[in-house]
Amino acid sequence: MHPWIGAGPEDRQDLLHELGFETIDQLFERLPEGVCIDRLELPPAQDETALRRQFFDLGLNNTTAARKPSFLGAGVYSHIRPAAVDAVLSRAEFFTSYTPYQPEISQGTLQALFEFQTLMTRLTGMEVSNASLYDGATALVEAALFAFRVMRMKRKRVVVAETVHPIYRSVLDTYADPTGLEIITVPAGPDGRLDSEALESTITDDTCCVAVQSPNFLGVVEDLGAVSQAAHGVGALAVHVVTEALSMALIKAGGHFDFDVVCGEAQSFGVAPGYGGPHLGFFTCKEKTIRQMPGRLCGETVDSEGNRAFCLTLSTREQHIRRAKATSNICTNQGLMALAATVWLEGIGGAGLRRLAEDNLSRAHELARRLADEDTGWRLAFPDSPFFNEFLIQGPVGGAEIARKAAEAGILAGVPVARWSTKWPDGLLVAVTENNSKADLDALVNALRKTS
Amino acid sequence: MKRRALRDEPLFFERNPKRRRRQGILLPTFDGPSTPPASVLPAEALMDEQPLWPDICEMDLVTHFHRLSQLNYAVDEGLYPLGSCTMKYNPRINEAVAGLSAFNAAHPLQPDHQVQGVLEVMWELEETLKTITGMPGVTLQPAAGAHGELAGILMIRKALKARGENREIILVPDSAHGTNPATAAFAGFRSVEIASGPDGTVDLDALDAAMDSNVAAVMLTVPNTLGVFEHRIVEIADLVHSRGGFVYMDGANLNAFVGRALPGLMGADAMHINLHKTFSTPHGGGGPGSGPVTVSEALLPYLPVPRVVKTDDGFAMLWSDEHSIGSLRGFSGSFLILLRALVYMRGMGGDGLREMSETGVLLANIIRKRLEGAYHLQYDTPTMHEVVFDDSEQVKHGVHNTDIAKRLLDYGFHPPTMSFPLVVHGALMIEPTESFGPQEIDAFCEAMLAIAKEAEETPELVTSAPHETPVKRIDEVRAARNLKVRFIEES
Repeated sequence: MHPWIGAGPEDRQDLLHELGFETIDQLFERLPEGVCIDRLELPPAQDETALRRQFFDLGLNNTTAARKPSFLGAGVYSHIRPAAVDAVLSRAEFFTSYTPYQPEISQGTLQALFEFQTLMTRLTGMEVSNASLYDGATALVEAALFAFRVMRMKRKRVVVAETVHPIYRSVLDTYADPTGLEIITVPAGPDGRLDSEALESTITDDTCCVAVQSPNFLGVVEDLGAVSQAAHGVGALAVHVVTEALSMALIKAGGHFDFDVVCGEAQSFGVAPGYGGPHLGFFTCKEKTIRQMPGRLCGETVDSEGNRAFCLTLSTREQHIRRAKATSNICTNQGLMALAATVWLEGIGGAGLRRLAEDNLSRAHELARRLADEDTGWRLAFPDSPFFNEFLIQGPVGGAEIARKAAEAGILAGVPVARWSTKWPDGLLVAVTENNSKADLDALVNALRKTS
Repeated sequence: MKRRALRDEPLFFERNPKRRRRQGILLPTFDGPSTPPASVLPAEALMDEQPLWPDICEMDLVTHFHRLSQLNYAVDEGLYPLGSCTMKYNPRINEAVAGLSAFNAAHPLQPDHQVQGVLEVMWELEETLKTITGMPGVTLQPAAGAHGELAGILMIRKALKARGENREIILVPDSAHGTNPATAAFAGFRSVEIASGPDGTVDLDALDAAMDSNVAAVMLTVPNTLGVFEHRIVEIADLVHSRGGFVYMDGANLNAFVGRALPGLMGADAMHINLHKTFSTPHGGGGPGSGPVTVSEALLPYLPVPRVVKTDDGFAMLWSDEHSIGSLRGFSGSFLILLRALVYMRGMGGDGLREMSETGVLLANIIRKRLEGAYHLQYDTPTMHEVVFDDSEQVKHGVHNTDIAKRLLDYGFHPPTMSFPLVVHGALMIEPTESFGPQEIDAFCEAMLAIAKEAEETPELVTSAPHETPVKRIDEVRAARNLKVRFIEES
């Protein structure tokens, strides 16, 4: 019997006899014959040595930021992941437990979630945070549906900036038709920012919400104050989408501009890129709209002896109570990723987080300066627009071509935007984080120079 | 013996909030020039320099979470018989492989030729899932079971549209998990309940009456949430198909028959598979899950993108496809969870996976046999991987299922599921899984029998439980009435 199965062959016989059965087949008698099989056509069990070897070998077929200087971003960032974070996450008390439905034996997970919610509200400047969503793209979808509910289903037009991550926008499109939302995209201006005049002329008293990403997909910091004012001017909600969560330590998030929702992706906080997941969606809003919020929520209370304790709360919003009338169908969320972010944010510390954000800003701006100063033939697409740790560059060859050439020189130079952008099809999106040393910057500058 | 919670652990924010360290964990330093934020960012966008929370040393950080961890129950502590959640052992080799930087540092927007190892893992997992289900197509994208349901229902919606049909209703049995009706609503359908028959399975006559030309699909959990196998599944599927509808199979309970039967032979058009249940990836205190969906021939054109394809030059990501429903989330799936599941499947092998299901069903039936008599069974139909008792015997003494659950904590076990199925009032849904040995099952049954006895003889001992946990019974009503969902410093 396989070691991952508790009962051995003798146990199996004993237990079958206890049930008055001779063979295991008797337990499966209700299965109609036509659906049954005798065995699975899969290879036999492999031992750990064999498993380690084959997956290690498969890993050799990947070229990643683990071995090469990488400037890949576009919504997924390479940041420090201290060993202490993984050590906490590998504690079985956290990773082998489930949703804390029984609060008396889940105070560890619950207190961590309460701390996560507190950290996210402080970062976003919002009043309440849920305990996570799947990822940034689905957080945007949930924000649009949230706004739809807050508007009592009377406004269905969701206005989205073209500078919101194109993958997030395509995910929103998937959900729009079945949910009855109408998505309207507002173009970006030549400065890589949302065109405020176009926004003004697009929004009406039929607009449900205005969603803007900042720093946006092109790396540019948007004017959140103006967006909030415009949205509220027509009675719509303002939604701030974030893909580089570290930016909020340095650049004011929507909560500081009266936004109604700040949501997005917090993978930057201690979660591995992992080829796209699992990542960490977050959702924050104002307290007055908390009952329309999707996903799980942890609250403080007391036990029967009056001691402080935590439990999941407002579950009347959720599918296991409300069924078809729930605010979302989400059940399992990203609990362990929320824990990773909590350990990471607390470990880096409040002052440390600010310093880390400033460090990213310095490295990114140093690279931008060198591209301009060292006559590389490459330039920033939006030289006059403010950015944090990511920017779009254009040069003598297209983004995809330079990425290919740089890869040959052992550098992951960035994400070509041609797949999504018709306006800047030759651009390369370059992200610079604390993981990019000065030597990495030298290598990229050299690789770019060679193309001109 | 009370072994947990040796000390109270304050909130992180209450730890020496006045102390300044400038940083917690040591940060990398940049040996280039620094850029003052005010020189490149608009003044109105700049955050105040006041730290948002304290900085602590690494020892304090690790201590904080170590102490918090000790307040949790987990699979590694003992039986976690949460019905339908399938809380099984999470093999450590899965974690070791997922920890390889060659996988976890891979970026989802890298060109395909740089991530052939990643794509091969996804391809292999797809092939394995096809073999396990006997279904021809699969998407690995959904982030959890409920997300998989949504993927399946959206594919069905699109297939109906392609036929020029606007069917509005999805039929859901009254025994279904809450995500089924929530998913139907989320996808723009109206969910209509169909009543279970006296044996707990779908009433074929009720289905026949409800199954008209406005019904898009029937969502069925197999075995259902009572642990009962829908033995007329083929007839059900034939009926639904003959009226132009689709069969969505909720695969939350697939672990009951892996290697014994194929959903493809049952007539399923789409089925999500919770990798975090059947295929051993950790539940993580509430996720991440992963919910791949296998589909029938009829739904193949509508699979989400991006998805992996095999070409003459190796594996590639297909980012658009004419009839696809589109993308359901960022990127192509929770890859590191997919990877763990493939490691598990290969570690188990085909025969091991079959033994897994057989043993889970065997142990659930042992629990049923031993507790029958002490706890009431609403349906006496044979069950598979889980068994649903109710508290009607204990209610006579003023003891409810929630009390039994809390008392079970004192005996050192996680309680069963109680929030569903709604067809059983005061439900105790027990699923042991295959992981634990018979001694753990013995101990659990003894605890349940002891509690049944206590409910009769000393009911107040049960209704005032738990007595041995880090905190006593929690006032959940107060949490909802007097909402405190973040820490606010007293000024």
